[in-house]
Amino acid sequence: MTPPVGDIFGSFQGAIEFIFEPRDAIGLRGEVGGIDHVSGFLWTHVWISALALAVAVIVAMPLGVYLGHRGRGELLAVSLGNAGRAIPELGLIAIMVAFVGVGVTNVTIALMILGVPPILTNSFVGMRQVDRDAVEAARGMGMSEFEVIRRVELPLAVPTIMSGVRTAAIAIIATATIAPLATVETLGEYIINNANYGDDGLLAGAILVALLALAAELLLAALQKALTPRGLELQRKPAGATA
Amino acid sequence: MLAGVLLPLAQGGDGFIRDPAEAGTSCVAENDTVCIGWAVQNMDRWITPTLEHLLLVGVSVAAGFALAFGLALISHGRRFLVPTFIGLTGVIYTIPSIALFLILLPISGRGTLTALIALSLYNLQIIYRNLVVGLANVPEATKDAGRGMGMTNRQLLWRVELPLAVPEIVAGLRIATVSTVAIATLATFAGAGGLGQVILDQGFQRDVFKTAIVVGSFLAVAMAIAFDVLYVVGQRLAVPWRQVKPLL
Repeated sequence: MTPPVGDIFGSFQGAIEFIFEPRDAIGLRGEVGGIDHVSGFLWTHVWISALALAVAVIVAMPLGVYLGHRGRGELLAVSLGNAGRAIPELGLIAIMVAFVGVGVTNVTIALMILGVPPILTNSFVGMRQVDRDAVEAARGMGMSEFEVIRRVELPLAVPTIMSGVRTAAIAIIATATIAPLATVETLGEYIINNANYGDDGLLAGAILVALLALAAELLLAALQKALTPRGLELQRKPAGATA
Repeated sequence: MLAGVLLPLAQGGDGFIRDPAEAGTSCVAENDTVCIGWAVQNMDRWITPTLEHLLLVGVSVAAGFALAFGLALISHGRRFLVPTFIGLTGVIYTIPSIALFLILLPISGRGTLTALIALSLYNLQIIYRNLVVGLANVPEATKDAGRGMGMTNRQLLWRVELPLAVPEIVAGLRIATVSTVAIATLATFAGAGGLGQVILDQGFQRDVFKTAIVVGSFLAVAMAIAFDVLYVVGQRLAVPWRQVKPLL
């Protein structure tokens, strides 16, 4: 069943051409593909993902940090993280379309829902993991609770919290791909409403979504590095965050 | 070029009765939240997608485990390889599943094989990471005791280190399984069927049909919860003395 190597190469070549050169649409008038056409969908994909991630961070991070600081609500924070993984992306978007409606606002809410669990759980766990002695020492130095959070716990929790943000970002970008089911034209337009774009469009959409996710991951990894205190970085284990 | 490999995504009905006249109730025509009657009437048609879904999850978790285990054996005692393997599996994990399915289509063709390859690759990162941590958590004193008894490195690994790492390994498998159940709803884009196909084809064919979406999503979530409970119970029975927190 595996097609010969030449066909594989040809498929990817076709997809690359689709991205750079406009061509006639299949079954309707006008042209599709080319940088201008692609960048329109790319831009929608980027901003709706960024918006959903930002809202998820604003909602989940302060709550996780507060609960972690107080050492309360472990069951909530951890079970929500576990439950979040069980949400089928396709089901979430489909239920949103069926019961709430289509459009930008509803899709943003659906994407935000996917982003909240990993951020909340990792914020909680990151704060809990901070050495209790360090917190006691900070209190002994006369820091207020707010100062303890801001100057001791948060900096030490950055790697874990950021790992949650990265997980959320990837989930959001991935799921934004099926947003065209809810009439939001992200890069998934080439995949979901494929009839007008053909096989080259399908593959081009997939490649662009993959590149976008990798770019977001690199960006957030750089941000994490910038936010992590230098001393912590030196002694850190090679593995990613723990939770 | 790909004609014959990439068929149109919508794949038709699979025998679901959608005609209101045939369905026999007004529920389908009015598109109520859940048409229990319709779901029951079409019960037989849910079985195949559910089994397909189970197959995708079972095989890909097993294959992912086998691969991750191989990587863990290679990197065991060669610590410098661990960051490389974590990085490589991490790159794969970053690629959205739907994109990976479609990128693999020209290479491995449309169907279950492609979905299995993608889903297995996804499981690598989670399972490998937990394997490595499990092995690293084995106390040095325990290993010394084994060496003192005259064990070779190989014996030490299979008789001491791996058995002691079981809780972490199971924790990794648990996360991998639950997330795979969710991700496998997108396997329909690789032409591999599963519950996602019902949600997409029945739920979005012609108009939005609520019952198919609700029942399909419910089955996927129920499957994830069932696996989760299975792992928790299994772990309590196998290693009742130790509970571990998995790596996300």
